[in-house]
Amino acid sequence: MATMQTKSAARLMMAPAVIALLLWMVVPLSMTLYFSTLNYNLFNPAQTPFIGFTNYSFFLSDPAFFTAIRNTLTLVAGVLVITVGGGILLALLLDQDFYGVNIVRLLAIAPFFVMPTVAALVWKNMMMNPVYGVIGQFLNFIGVGAIDWFSNAPLTAIIIIVAWQWLPFSTLILLTALQSLSEEQKEAAEMDGAGALSIFWYITLPHMARAITVVILIQTIFLLSIFAEIYVTTSGGPGLQTTNLPYLVYAQALLQFDVGGASAGGIVAVILANIVAFFLIRIIGKNLDA
Amino acid sequence: MGNIKLREVSKSFGSTKVIPSIDLDIEDGEFVVFVGPSGCGKSTLLRLIAGLEDVTGGQILIDGKDATGLAPAKRGLSMVFQSYALYPHMSVRGNIAFPLKMAGEDKATIDRKVGEAARVLNLTDYLDRKPRQLSGGQRQRVAIGRAIVREPEAFLFDEPLSNLDAALRVNMRLEISELHQQLKTTMIYVTHDQVEAMTMADKIVVLQAGNIEQVGSPLELYKAPRNRFVAGFIGSPKMNFVEGAEAQKHGAQTIGIRPEHIAISKGEGTWQGTVGVSEHLGSDTFLHVNVDGLGTITARADGEMDVRHGDRVSLTPDSSKIHKFDQNGLAIR
Repeated sequence: MATMQTKSAARLMMAPAVIALLLWMVVPLSMTLYFSTLNYNLFNPAQTPFIGFTNYSFFLSDPAFFTAIRNTLTLVAGVLVITVGGGILLALLLDQDFYGVNIVRLLAIAPFFVMPTVAALVWKNMMMNPVYGVIGQFLNFIGVGAIDWFSNAPLTAIIIIVAWQWLPFSTLILLTALQSLSEEQKEAAEMDGAGALSIFWYITLPHMARAITVVILIQTIFLLSIFAEIYVTTSGGPGLQTTNLPYLVYAQALLQFDVGGASAGGIVAVILANIVAFFLIRIIGKNLDA
Repeated sequence: MGNIKLREVSKSFGSTKVIPSIDLDIEDGEFVVFVGPSGCGKSTLLRLIAGLEDVTGGQILIDGKDATGLAPAKRGLSMVFQSYALYPHMSVRGNIAFPLKMAGEDKATIDRKVGEAARVLNLTDYLDRKPRQLSGGQRQRVAIGRAIVREPEAFLFDEPLSNLDAALRVNMRLEISELHQQLKTTMIYVTHDQVEAMTMADKIVVLQAGNIEQVGSPLELYKAPRNRFVAGFIGSPKMNFVEGAEAQKHGAQTIGIRPEHIAISKGEGTWQGTVGVSEHLGSDTFLHVNVDGLGTITARADGEMDVRHGDRVSLTPDSSKIHKFDQNGLAIR
């Protein structure tokens, strides 16, 4: 397996993929870095003078920037709490043996197949609309009164939509983790006098720790870049209440036509994502050690 | 005290009857082995006693009290599983302490009992390791440690040695027997290996298809098997069975003779045959002899016996050690 010949052959075989991947990442990144130092406005694309770090100082001193960061983190944290918590409960439920469990499992996974724009539109017009949305009708029916989600609790509404989309993912991963828990371990715990709650706390949850870590890491990567749901429902508003970092970058580039500023914002977003990833790995990455 | 009584215990999975009806008495301090071929219901029976399966009918009495409907933890039994079922994310200390923690013992008591168990089982140096850092035999001992700290009425072992290699299995067999001598607690041990059954048991329960074929001490089963199944199952190599005219001479449908009760010579004898495969174990040699008109008979010879494939030999069974069976396979005494 590991002779010199197979090693160099393996390197040769992998080279095209590695080179393609490198170009794929390095070229856009360096172009973005380059644009971020130019005064590049789409109203005047002929003249793009070099202006150094001015784009960065503008972007970072923009009050919208801090609002966007707060919204981004709130969105990520809110969705993570709902999907991990709900995912564990759903996985526990779907792990039971009941009539029609296969169909229920299929249904539970369904939201993941709905594309974000469609999901957001359905939620916006058919679920959360205060007049003819299902939720509004229901709240009226029980006497609470309909809520105008996108005016009164816009970020919460977005969190609900995104969580709905990602719940199947975490449920699926946690369910497979749950199914790999050996029956004998649970029986041993039962013989040792552990009740259902103790078995969950001392046996099931530690067993799922690695899967939970994977769910948190993967979801964080995707949730930092949520865009379609916001664009379709609130367009970042009202005001800046649902503007996250990707949406702010988009607004900078295609609403204010400031490509240079948007590139600077993109680089800032990359750096922030790396900081978040660094802390995440520090905090929960130790669960991934075999 | 740990005496366990089964009264007409039966178990079905759906329409499949795994255990038709079993009555069994296990006395306090006994080492009882359930032995039988795979699928005979021995593990199911153990799980019924443990409470991990519900009985379909009948009663289980532990210390004279009806335990049929009790939860596993309330029965005062502890179990060692085939896969050990250690908790992988807990250290050895955590594993052994778990039942005590669940029982709500205080920290000092837990530490004392865990330390004691670790000392008995030679695990003191490994207390802070995780199960995956241990060898098979050490994991086995941790599983036993987890069982003994609860000071149960009885231990249940479900094929605990089948994941170990041959040499370790012999060691652990001795360790478990030694442990039984120290603790004097009732132990119920399930295995498909008749050697384990013979070497460890005070009392062997031979099971086949959910029925008890015979209950007795190892030597009782060896000397006086109640039927053909027990005769064939106990003893290694297996007892030879002969049917037809040769059996008629002894007034039986089938006669059985163990390999160690056949004398081999190059001269005169009862049966003549050609030597087939011979297995040299050093101390003994097992000859598979193709006897004229009877088929293959296994015989034990001295380790020094010098015979080759194709040699003609004669076999003489010890007539006092011949087992006779009627047409239902029951022993004729």
